[in-house]
Amino acid sequence: MQRLTREQMAVRVARDIPEGAYVNLGIGLPTLVANHLPRDREVFLHSENGLLGMGPAPAPGDEDYDLINAGKQPVTLLSGGAYFHHADSFAMMRGGHLDICVLGAFQVSTAGDLANWHTGAPNAIPAVGGAMDLAIGAKKTFVMMEHLTRTGESKIVERCTYPLTGVRCVSRIYTDLSVLDVTTNGLKVVEIFNDLPFGELQKVTGVPLID
Amino acid sequence: MIDKISASVEAALRDVPDGATVMIGGFGGAGQPSELIDALIAQGARDLTIVNNNAGNGEVGLAALLKTGRVRKIICSFPRQVDSQVFDGLYSAGKIELELVPQGNLAERIRAAGAGIGGFFTPTGYGTDLGKGKETREIGGRMYVLESPIHADVALIKAEKGDRWGNLVYRKTARNFGPIMATAARLAIASVHEIVPLGDLDPENIVTPGIFVHRLVKVPRTATGPAGFRQAA
Repeated sequence: MQRLTREQMAVRVARDIPEGAYVNLGIGLPTLVANHLPRDREVFLHSENGLLGMGPAPAPGDEDYDLINAGKQPVTLLSGGAYFHHADSFAMMRGGHLDICVLGAFQVSTAGDLANWHTGAPNAIPAVGGAMDLAIGAKKTFVMMEHLTRTGESKIVERCTYPLTGVRCVSRIYTDLSVLDVTTNGLKVVEIFNDLPFGELQKVTGVPLID
Repeated sequence: MIDKISASVEAALRDVPDGATVMIGGFGGAGQPSELIDALIAQGARDLTIVNNNAGNGEVGLAALLKTGRVRKIICSFPRQVDSQVFDGLYSAGKIELELVPQGNLAERIRAAGAGIGGFFTPTGYGTDLGKGKETREIGGRMYVLESPIHADVALIKAEKGDRWGNLVYRKTARNFGPIMATAARLAIASVHEIVPLGDLDPENIVTPGIFVHRLVKVPRTATGPAGFRQAA
């Protein structure tokens, strides 16, 4: 099985973000999507800490730690960008004003349940941040993750075994093997990468897929 | 003449009682009022409940306050970070209570307190461990969880400029929790880098009107860094 690289996954997700979309890119893999948005397309990036119209990282030496993203890294503001307080920022999410949110995940269920905030390990210190607000807030929640865990288990499952972030909130899953839509009938294959036969994809996926 | 300006951070923090709930602004280092936190450490109030997005970075600011052992409980959304070793140690040793709240619910609970709202139904957290045991309701075909306001005795926030009536403006993403925390506390104390004469702040651009601010104090301009603060160049 030939998998997409992380950058290739980011390119694929970026392709589905249209001109004019208000978008929040989660920490980790989704952050890479920003680097692959076509330059001629105006997309508004939102950061939960009070920023709309987020630009790229500043040049070395120009960092301003009053201007950071949700991952607490220095960023820039595009012309036309805006600052606002936390309650407004989360109103943008919870109020359904964001068009797309792209999140990483540990597991996604066939019903679109998302688990991405906590492994549930007894000695782990829990931290949720904006994950639960993001999961349920945007008009569309995209998940971007490797299809399989490092030990080869499907991250697409019948029921999440990790603690849930949100119930029935995922609309589309981008993995390094395929793109899947969450439908009322189950997960429907939108695209399979690198000419992988459907049967092979089905074999490594924990739930029945619709071709 | 109304003058809300305190002569020093010590004067501004003089009467924080033991057992107080203290909101502290900031998202990581941005907007964290480090001078006010240092003054709170020096003032010595104990048995505190702290409300902040995080649980301290590095060894300074909120982390230094936690290290004194005077914080009984922290209400926050994202305690675990690469440099949250002080909190991690206290939590693992069972020496601090944690109330973990999704970030948007945290912000809205603070906003609700300031706006006189007795509670609200939010979709965030429904069906998750953080919504467990809470009242739920179906509204318009969607499931919601009842959340309660968070009131504070004291809010410590960092703004950029203020005037003697307590009007405030902020700087970039250092704004974050400042404006809502100011509304939710009985005593809101702001540090500012510049105090300007009345009328200098454009009334169209005032973010926190002075009614929400009880004391302000000028502190030297610092630059926030990855794990705290350094003197501005």
